[in-house]
Amino acid sequence: MPIITMPKLSDTMVEGTIARWKKKQGDLVEAGDILAEVETDKATMEMEAFDDGVLKEIYVSDGGVAKVGEKVALVLAEGETDEGGETPPAPKAEAPAGAKPAESKAAPAPAAAPAAPAGSRVKASPLAKKIAAERGVGLESLEGSGPGGRVVAKDVPEKGAAPAAAAPAPPPKIPATAAGQGDQRIPLTGMRRVIAERLLASKTQLPHFYLSIEVDASALMRLRKELNSANESAGLPKLTINDFILLAVGRAASSHPYINASWAGDAIIQYGSVNISVAVAVDDGLVTPVIRDAHKLTLKEISATVKDFAKRARDKKLKPEEYQGGTITVSTLGAYGIEQFFAIVNPPQAAIVAVGAIVKKPVVNAKNEIVVGERMTISLSGDHRVVDGAVGAEYLGTLRKLIENPALMLF
Amino acid sequence: MTTTTAAPSPVDYAKAPVNAQLTPEEKIELLRQMVRIRRFEQTALKFYSQGKMGGFLHLYIGQESIAVGTVSLLGDDDHAITAYRSHGHALASGMGMNECMAELYGKATGCSKGKGGSMHFFAPDKNFWGGHGIVGGQTPLGLGLAYGVKYKGLTGSALCFLGDGAVNQGCFYECLNMASLFDLPAIYVIENNKYSMGTSFDRSSVVDKCLAQRAEAFGIEWEQADGEDLYEVRAVTQRALERAHQESRPTVIEFDTYRYYGHSVADAKHKGGYRKEEEIEKYKNEHDPIRIFKNHLVAEKILNEEQYEAIDAELKKEANASAQFADESAPPTESSIFEDVYYEVDNQTEAGRTGRHFFND
Amino acid sequence: MALIEYRDALNQAFAEEIERDPNVVLIGEEVAQYDGAYKVTRGLWKRFGDKRVVDCPISEAGFVGMGVGASMLGLRPVIEIMFWSFATVAYDQIVNNAGQIRYMSGGLINCPIVIRGPANGGTNVGATHSHTPENWLAAIPGLKVVCPATAYDAKGLMKTAIRDNDPVMFMENTLLYGEKGEVPEEEYLIPLGVADLKREGSDVSLIAHGRSALIALKAAEILASEHNINAEVLDLRSIRPLDEDAVLASVRKTHRAVLVDENKPFCGVSAQISTLIMEKAFDELDAPVRRVCTLDAPAIYSPAVEPLQLPIPQRIINKVLEIC
Repeated sequence: MPIITMPKLSDTMVEGTIARWKKKQGDLVEAGDILAEVETDKATMEMEAFDDGVLKEIYVSDGGVAKVGEKVALVLAEGETDEGGETPPAPKAEAPAGAKPAESKAAPAPAAAPAAPAGSRVKASPLAKKIAAERGVGLESLEGSGPGGRVVAKDVPEKGAAPAAAAPAPPPKIPATAAGQGDQRIPLTGMRRVIAERLLASKTQLPHFYLSIEVDASALMRLRKELNSANESAGLPKLTINDFILLAVGRAASSHPYINASWAGDAIIQYGSVNISVAVAVDDGLVTPVIRDAHKLTLKEISATVKDFAKRARDKKLKPEEYQGGTITVSTLGAYGIEQFFAIVNPPQAAIVAVGAIVKKPVVNAKNEIVVGERMTISLSGDHRVVDGAVGAEYLGTLRKLIENPALMLF
Repeated sequence: MTTTTAAPSPVDYAKAPVNAQLTPEEKIELLRQMVRIRRFEQTALKFYSQGKMGGFLHLYIGQESIAVGTVSLLGDDDHAITAYRSHGHALASGMGMNECMAELYGKATGCSKGKGGSMHFFAPDKNFWGGHGIVGGQTPLGLGLAYGVKYKGLTGSALCFLGDGAVNQGCFYECLNMASLFDLPAIYVIENNKYSMGTSFDRSSVVDKCLAQRAEAFGIEWEQADGEDLYEVRAVTQRALERAHQESRPTVIEFDTYRYYGHSVADAKHKGGYRKEEEIEKYKNEHDPIRIFKNHLVAEKILNEEQYEAIDAELKKEANASAQFADESAPPTESSIFEDVYYEVDNQTEAGRTGRHFFND
Repeated sequence: MALIEYRDALNQAFAEEIERDPNVVLIGEEVAQYDGAYKVTRGLWKRFGDKRVVDCPISEAGFVGMGVGASMLGLRPVIEIMFWSFATVAYDQIVNNAGQIRYMSGGLINCPIVIRGPANGGTNVGATHSHTPENWLAAIPGLKVVCPATAYDAKGLMKTAIRDNDPVMFMENTLLYGEKGEVPEEEYLIPLGVADLKREGSDVSLIAHGRSALIALKAAEILASEHNINAEVLDLRSIRPLDEDAVLASVRKTHRAVLVDENKPFCGVSAQISTLIMEKAFDELDAPVRRVCTLDAPAIYSPAVEPLQLPIPQRIINKVLEIC
C-alpha cells in the first residue's frame, strides 16, 4: 500500500485539509507514526501511518485540500517500488460521483407528465371521473350534486348499453353527420350536452309508457278570467293557465305518492314532498328549475315562483341547487298551439306531465247537445318500473277532477 | 473527588486456581486472543481510514484483557452481552474475523448480514448477544438473560459489560435492584476506561471508592480490580461466576482499563484535548495488557520473542485476509432491506402471510 | 357462549397459554398478589404461583428490557404496563431492543414478547395517563400492534399474540375492561392482520379500531335510523400487520370513508389508512376521506369536557353527513 490517501476520520468527513505534515520527504516512517495533521469538518486530527517505510512523496502540501480517498503521499517499504508510477489512479471518491448521473435511471421528462386540463376545472370525485371516462361522458356537461357542486358517481348518467361483459351486442351506432358546404357546425354547449346525455339515457334505459286524457278546461278558464280581472284592478300580475296546471299537478301528486317517486335499484323511493321541475325554454335549450313543496303552495305563490324562474332562467341567474331535487316534471307547449305531445321522463323521476293547448272544439254535453267546449289534452309519460298504467290513469283522473273543478284547489 | 488509589496488589493472581490450572497452550491461546482483537481492529482502522466503512468505529484497543479474560471462563449456560464497543467481546466469544470484518464493510457475508455494523455484532450460537448501540440499554437485556437462565433452571449466568459512562443511566439501577430482589445470576462488568466519550469519569460520576461500590445500595457484592492483567481479570470474574452459579446472586465488577484511541475514530479531542498525550503514552508503555501478559508468559518460560512474532504475523495475516474477504464480498441485496424484520414474515408462516407488514408504495 | 367481561376474556387467554406453554410468564407491576391494577390478572398468581406470575418494582425500563432479554433465550414473557402511557420510560427497550434486535442481528435473534396494558382516554386521568401510542409503535418496523375492541377479540388476539414469534404491543382499554361480550367455551385464535366487519353497510365505510370501533357502531345505528344512511363499520383490530384488503374492499363497496380513531390526528393511525385509500383506491372515492380523531391537544382532565375531546357518535355523524 504505497499510496497514502486522505483518510476518512469521521462518519461525516468528505474532504480534509492537510494542516501540517509531521514527516518530511525522505523520513523513515513506522506504523503508528503520525504522518500529518488533518483538518476535518469536525476538528484537527492525526493521520496515522499503517505501514513501515520511507515517505517518498508528498502530493498535497500543507494547507492543501483532498477528498477522502485522494492520494496525499507515497510511502515505500524497503525494496518496494512505486507501483502506481507517475500516473496514480484517479481519486476514488470522484469516480462514482462522476459516473452516477449516467447510470441513474433517467427521470421521466417533465413533458411526459399529463397536461393539466385547460380552462376551469370541473370538481368531480375520483369515482365519478372513472365512471364518466368509462361511459364516455364529459364531466363538464354534468351538474354536480355533491358538496360544493362536486360531480359524484350518481350524477354521471348511466350508459345506454349494459356493461361490456354481460352486454348484448351494442346497438348500431348512428353515424354522425359531417357538416357540408353551407352547413353550420355549432359546437355543443354544456346545456345541450346535458340534455342530450340525460334524455338519451332516459329514453334508452327507462321503460316508458304513455297515457292521455282530455279535460274540460272551461271552468278553469272562467276562474282564471275572474281572478285576473280582480288582479288587474289590484295591480297584481296575471295568472297563467300553467300556474293552474302546476297547482293541480302538485295537489294530485301529493295524493298519489307512487307517482311522485324514483327507481333506486333495489327499492322505490316515494318522496315526502312534491317538487315540480318546470321545463322553461331558454335561448339555447331548456332548463328545469324546481318548485319546492309545490303541494303546499298557494296559486299565488306558484305563480310568483314561476315568473321569477322564467326571468332568471333567461338571465342565466338560476343557481345550481335550484335545478336539484325535482320529483316530477311538467312540460307545457300549449302556448305554441301544440294540442298533444309525450315527453321523455326526466330521471331519476318516474313521471312527466305534458300539457297541450286549450282548444275550442265541439263536444257532446250532458244533455247530449253538441256545444262548443274548451278542451285540453294532458299526457303522462311514466317509468314503468315505478308506475303502472292503472296507477298513472288514476293520477290523471285526479288531475282532471281538479282542473275541471278548480275551486277545489283554492282551499 | 474522593477516590482512593488502590495500593499495588500483593496477590499473585497467576496462582489463583482458575489460572494455575491453565496449560501452557491455554495461556498462549489467551495471549493469542488478545493479539487477535488488536490486529483485527488495527486493520479495521486502516480500512475505515480508506473509506471502506461507514458510520462509527469504536476501538477496543487497550482493553483486550477484559473481554478475553472474562469470556474465557464462560460455560455452556453463561452468556455475554455488551454495548457498542463490541469487537473485542465478539472475537473473544469465538466469532470469526471474516464475518466481523465483513460486517464492518456492510457486506452480506457479515455476521449481521451487513445490517448491524460495528456496534451490532451478534453470535447467539456462541452465547454472545451483542453489540448494543444505546449506552446502558443493554443492561436490562443482560438482566433478562440472567432471568431466562434462572427461569429455565440452568446453572449459568449473564455477563453484562458496560462502560463508566453507562453507570449513570437510570435503567442500570433498576436492573441492580431487580437482580438483587429476584436473586438473578447477573454479573455487571464495568469497564472503566476513564472517559465517557470526552468526559472524564470524575467529571461525570460522584465517586466514593469506585463506581462498583454503588452496588452496596442494592446489597450486591462488588469488586474493583485492575483490568490490565488478564490473570487478575480471570481470578476476579471467577469469584463472580461461582456466586452466580452456586448462590444465584449478582455481582458488580469494575475493571480499571484504558482505550488508546478516541471514543470513536471521529473523536478528535482524545489526544491533547480531554486527555494529555503523556497519559496515553504512559498507559501504552506501562499498562498495555498484551505486553503485560506476554511478559508473564516469557517470565514463565512458556513463550519466547520468536514465537510471539510468529503468532503476531499469523494474526496480521488473518486480519488482512479478512479485509480482503470483506472487500470482495457482495453487499446485501436491496430486497434484503425487508428481511430479518419479522420472524413470521421471514419464515413465511401463516401469520407472516396475513395482513400487510410493510408500508411502502 | 358465555357472556364475560373483556378483562376476564384476557384472563382466560393468560391462563390457557400459561397452561399450554411452560415458557409463558406474566410480569409487571401489581400483576400477582394485588391481582392486577385493573384486575385483568386476578386469581392467576394464586393459581399458577410465583414463577409464572411475577410482581415487579416500578421499573418499566428495567422489567420491559428484562422481558426482552429473556425472550431472546426463548421465554414468552407477557409484560404488563399499568398504563401504556408509562411505556415512555421504557421506550428504548421497546423501540431499540424489542423492535430492532432481529434486524441488527441479521435475523439471528427474535423476540417473542407481548407488552400489554390499557391505552385510552375518557377516564379523567389527565394527559400523562391518556396516551394512545398505537401509532407511535406501529411506526416502528419490527413491532406489531394490536387493539381489540371486544371480549371475543381480546381473547383470541391475546392467545395469538403470545404465540407469535415477534414482539407484539397489545393495547387494551380501561373503559372496556368491564364490558361484557360473548366468548365461546371452546378454544379459538384470531390471527393478527385480519380486520372484522362489525356492521355491513352500503353508503359509507366507518373504519376504526379499539373502542372507537364501538363508537362507530353507535354512530352507524343513528345514521340508519335518523338519516337513512347505511354505514359499514370495519374494525381493524390489528394495526400492524394491517388488513389492507379489508379496508380497500370496504371502500370499493361504499365509495366513501370516514376514519375514526382515538389517536391525535397528526400522523395517527387514520392518517395512515387515509394514505392507503388514496394510494390504492383513489378512483373508487366518490367523496374525500374524512377523519374523526381525538381533538388535537393533550388530554384534558375536566370530566365535563373530556368526553368532547374523544371521538363521539355525533362527530362521526357530522362527518358522514358532509360527504353522503
